[in-house]
Amino acid sequence: MMITILYFARFREKLGCDQEQFELPVDRDTSVQSVLDVLAARGGIWQELFDCEKGVLAAINQEMVSRETLVYDEDELALFPPVTGG
Amino acid sequence: MNVVRVQTQPFDLAAEVAALEGEGVGAVVTFTGLVRNTSALGRVEAIELEHYPAMTEKSLQAIVREAEQRWPLLGVTLIHRIAYLEAGAPIVMVAVASKHREAAFEAASFLMDFLKTRAPFWKKEWVGGVAHWVESKTSDAEAADRWS
Repeated sequence: MMITILYFARFREKLGCDQEQFELPVDRDTSVQSVLDVLAARGGIWQELFDCEKGVLAAINQEMVSRETLVYDEDELALFPPVTGG
Repeated sequence: MNVVRVQTQPFDLAAEVAALEGEGVGAVVTFTGLVRNTSALGRVEAIELEHYPAMTEKSLQAIVREAEQRWPLLGVTLIHRIAYLEAGAPIVMVAVASKHREAAFEAASFLMDFLKTRAPFWKKEWVGGVAHWVESKTSDAEAADRWS
């Protein structure tokens, strides 16, 4: 069970990485929040960016979702800071 | 007829408005956003943009569909530029056609409020030769909230 995580803007620059393959646990449901928890547990900049209640937006397969949304095999999960277009 | 585009080159507002004129149209409201030359950090020389190509047009189309559900619209054009843009340059335009002006004015305002809070664009400002990511504004979130 693998998903692709994409990072954009400030996240991409600070992490020095624009995407990664991420293994989901097979024995339980995984929400966006639980992915964020695993990323934050890496410590350092990961913790700084993802261990927070606000300031991280998520999209699954190019649709904006909440942190409670579940992630499934082969999904594309994008993590990014609040948008600033227009 | 709706048009959603992400492009590098400038847009031609007059041509886009002309394309919306047609049977039954009594009002076309347009908005053009320009790169502001000031920010909290000082004088802005230019901006750069990043976006999420697979999601950008999809999210703009979803925003247009939402506007169509709220107002009786006869056409929408939404164009956002992705480029290195100097202060003063046009960056975004929305044009809305309807039978009467109220729907066109309100929908244009709604489209910009939602674009600013939902479409995956990120701006970087060049100030004093250094690029800084732009922070999102609470006022933009509040402007979008007033439609809910």
